[in-house]
Amino acid sequence: MRLKELEGYLQDVAIFEKPKIKLEQYPTTPHLAARMLYTAHTTYDDIENKAVGDFGCGCGILSIAAAMLGSAYNVGFDIDPDAIEIARNNCEEFEVEMDFVLTDLSASPAPGEETSERGPYEMMKGKLDTILMNPPFGTKLKGIDMVFLKKGIDLANHAVYSLHKTSTRDHILKKAKEWGVECEVVAELKYNLDKSYSFHKKQSVDIAVDFLRFEKKSKQR
Amino acid sequence: MLQCHVKGCNANNFPLELQEVVLEEQEAELNEDFLRNMLGKLEYEALVATCLKLNIQDLPPTIPEDAAYNDDFLQKLHHALLETHVITGKMVCPNCQHTYVIRDGIPNMLLAEHEV
Repeated sequence: MRLKELEGYLQDVAIFEKPKIKLEQYPTTPHLAARMLYTAHTTYDDIENKAVGDFGCGCGILSIAAAMLGSAYNVGFDIDPDAIEIARNNCEEFEVEMDFVLTDLSASPAPGEETSERGPYEMMKGKLDTILMNPPFGTKLKGIDMVFLKKGIDLANHAVYSLHKTSTRDHILKKAKEWGVECEVVAELKYNLDKSYSFHKKQSVDIAVDFLRFEKKSKQR
Repeated sequence: MLQCHVKGCNANNFPLELQEVVLEEQEAELNEDFLRNMLGKLEYEALVATCLKLNIQDLPPTIPEDAAYNDDFLQKLHHALLETHVITGKMVCPNCQHTYVIRDGIPNMLLAEHEV
């Protein structure tokens, strides 16, 4: 499938009806989702026949894109049952098989601490090859982006794809080094956010985001 | 919901026990590459044990040596992992008895604040 085609299909993925600002719910645009997944697939072969997890899956667009590119298994994690409901409908619409887990990815343990024995995402450990996320950027809950990222890296067998504000790049590169994973800035993209909350003053605003890829160093796959 | 996750929680010796389960079967396309890849990642014993509880009895007690190219086995594994969905039920932690509810195929893993 070509990139444009993928982006075209993704235009039909329904988005949040009533986004919840507390959860920083902003839909990943078809443009971003298509580029993320297309690159993950064509450049790195991290999608086809892989088990793919989606952190803070929201309406499921990243997973749907993954499924269209041939992922073997998809599972989405989100804290919001309303978002999962929309994602399920989207999956039905797109005839995509996807599982969901209702869970709080921001919950402790914080990065660096011992992971809990029966944490809701640890149970998938070792089962997922690739983790995708467009995490909350931490404008409401500071540092949550890094909590998501750390958990994703813990969980993934191989690679993590994520979007982060370009302004946080140095910090993330430093952290990646600490965690012993390779981090590559695949692209700098524009995240075009339409006015979605009443406190937004402009109709639409472009945010510079980094499309990052993390790879765990030659552990067993 | 795939059993895979459910029984997968025993990564830390905490196999959640499924109770009051309603299953649904949905046909899915067989992807042999994917299954071969999963072979090394499964906690197979726990999977078999969980399946037995759910009355899925056709998985052999251990992974056959020729599993990767044993079509019959792959088909059974495929069925258990990808075609069997837990629609409603409960998952109970054998250690602390905490119960996670599965509704509409979605396990609710959220914990109340005092449990965090």
